[in-house]
Amino acid sequence: MEPERILLAHGSGGKLSYDLIRELFLPPLHNPILATLADAAIFSRQGMRLAITTDSYVVDPIFFPGGDIGKLAIYGTINDLAMGGAKPLYLSIGFILEEGLPLEELRVLVNSIKEAAQQCGVDIIAGDTKVVPRGKGDKVFINTTGLGVVSEGVELSVDRICVGDRIIINGFIGEHGIAVMTQREGLEFDTPINSDAAPLWGLVSQMLDASQGLHLLRDPTRGGVATVLNEVVGGNDFGIHLEEEALPIGEGVMAACELLGLDPLYVANEGKLIAFCQPDEVDSILTAMKRDPYGREAKVIGEVVDAPAGKVIMKTRVGGTRLLDMLTGEQLPRIC
Amino acid sequence: MKYIDEFRDNSLARALARNIAHLAEGRPEVTLMEVCGTHTVTVFKHGLKDLIPDNVTLLAGPGCPVCVTPTDYIDKAIAYARLEGVTVATFGDLFRVPGSSSSLEKERAKGGDIRIVYSPLDALRFAQENGNRKVIFLGVGFETTAPLVAVSIQEAGRRGIRNYLVFIAHKVMPPPMEALVSDGELRIDGFLCPGHVSTIIGWGAYRFLSQQYRIPCVVAGFEPLDVLEGIVMLLRQIRNGDSQVENQYRRAVREQGNPRALSIMKEVFEIADSEWRGLGIIAGSGLTLRERYRGYDAEANIEVEIEPASSHPGCICGNVLKGVKTPLDCSLFRRVCTPENPLGACMVSSEGTCAIYYKYSNRA
Repeated sequence: MEPERILLAHGSGGKLSYDLIRELFLPPLHNPILATLADAAIFSRQGMRLAITTDSYVVDPIFFPGGDIGKLAIYGTINDLAMGGAKPLYLSIGFILEEGLPLEELRVLVNSIKEAAQQCGVDIIAGDTKVVPRGKGDKVFINTTGLGVVSEGVELSVDRICVGDRIIINGFIGEHGIAVMTQREGLEFDTPINSDAAPLWGLVSQMLDASQGLHLLRDPTRGGVATVLNEVVGGNDFGIHLEEEALPIGEGVMAACELLGLDPLYVANEGKLIAFCQPDEVDSILTAMKRDPYGREAKVIGEVVDAPAGKVIMKTRVGGTRLLDMLTGEQLPRIC
Repeated sequence: MKYIDEFRDNSLARALARNIAHLAEGRPEVTLMEVCGTHTVTVFKHGLKDLIPDNVTLLAGPGCPVCVTPTDYIDKAIAYARLEGVTVATFGDLFRVPGSSSSLEKERAKGGDIRIVYSPLDALRFAQENGNRKVIFLGVGFETTAPLVAVSIQEAGRRGIRNYLVFIAHKVMPPPMEALVSDGELRIDGFLCPGHVSTIIGWGAYRFLSQQYRIPCVVAGFEPLDVLEGIVMLLRQIRNGDSQVENQYRRAVREQGNPRALSIMKEVFEIADSEWRGLGIIAGSGLTLRERYRGYDAEANIEVEIEPASSHPGCICGNVLKGVKTPLDCSLFRRVCTPENPLGACMVSSEGTCAIYYKYSNRA
């Protein structure tokens, strides 16, 4: 029997990543906070509800249409805090640099990090730098850890989801993944597709102000919308019904996906959130979202149903239904 | 999006579904085979089975290039990837297909230089830029990909690139369809003929099936309305007792196909017998390089030893590819054979019947 090894697909955010976390990491490191497997860990200390999250960024290429690895490292961690309903306070940042990286590129990245942090209203208060020999890394890897604070009364968790909850998304899906992929593979389209990388705390805070009926927030990053929805229903006694007709998919992403044989529902986003909320609060939440620049295109894409439990089913435009499963393996370009 | 929205229109789909129901009403069981894996994807991705009455069965055929490639090909590709100084370049689908004991994906994790490319020309460019490495492109696929590989070989000659090689397992389409109908194991009342292949070979290529075997054939496109209209056309032929080749995919397919692509293929390749997973060796169903291009043939120039191929004893991929079984008949399906741990090729490719059932079907 060959020894099992880490495959790239273990990092794709799909089923293999999920299994790796559940089976290899969680059992030995188990504790009640980690076990929630939420985007941000939330705990109380001396009367304060705090949120902490960490994320590493290894994107290739480090500069892509609509962003770079520096911006991503700030926004991504801010967004993980925001999905827990936490106002971001501070960040730490760690760099792993590959020997030979042009200093000018690093300068540009650090400037981009500065701007992103200012935009989010957070300070970076701790940092670390390591350098690895050429070929042992890929230009720049960045880790950021974020600390945030959660207001009294804010409670976002899968446990709050009820049958009948509406599912809202704040805009067009698949843009980040396609922007990075087209840049990486040297594919050119007439209209370049920009990454949707964006900080979402501003949007989330308006949503929290507007309604008590918000039950859960998730950001559909790696593995895309379909994978996140599957994580939500997994092992639970409810399912999700999606309307294909309602999914906001831009023309560029649609065209790229059709060409490459990809499904936009599995393509990564970096400025999107999926909200579960009680039906009578939909209007007030949508109204609040549309006031924010990152929520203008917000709309309802589906709802929570009682059956089939544990599954995401989509009504297709032509009137059929299909199962939406988790992403399995990397999405691979196909032969024909 | 133009050319997409029109072909996914809800009211037109419902109208076609009514037409199908009308044509199928009161008839005994009708079995239609969609030969091409991409058609199977369309059927499941858009939930078309919900729009088709129970007495019309859609059967997935042997039209997934990765799935019909036998295990020993994968084993050999893996053996190439283990050689010092060799880069293996492949289309993405083949990457995770299990060989007898490994896969290209696992070999890459072990340090093999395996690259996923979108076109053989990308592999050729890599060869040109890395003169110290031998670059082997895995030439798998039907008439849709074979012309591209032929072009890359001609281009290598033109640019004097000597370190570009191809490992050919190309297959051609009409022969396995004939094998399926002459085999007699399966009753097929009509073929939904592959759209992409037909852009190259032309719809005239299926005429012998409708004439000699009296099987209705319709070449169809890949959008949901294309497939639904293709089914309407097949059912109409069946009702009228016709058997002819009709072309639903008029916006892409001509009777003669693409003469330029055909002539490039003919220049570089010659027809040979070829082994299909599940179907065995089918006469005249494959392509090999012509003598004057042998310098680019990986098999003729680099020797590797492989053990006799083995596959999982419970795997029924072969019968799934023939259409005599569905994934739901397989004891491994979903239980031990999953896309992340595939035991057979049909679970790997996005065009593979098992992967499609796993991914899209709520019925299992």
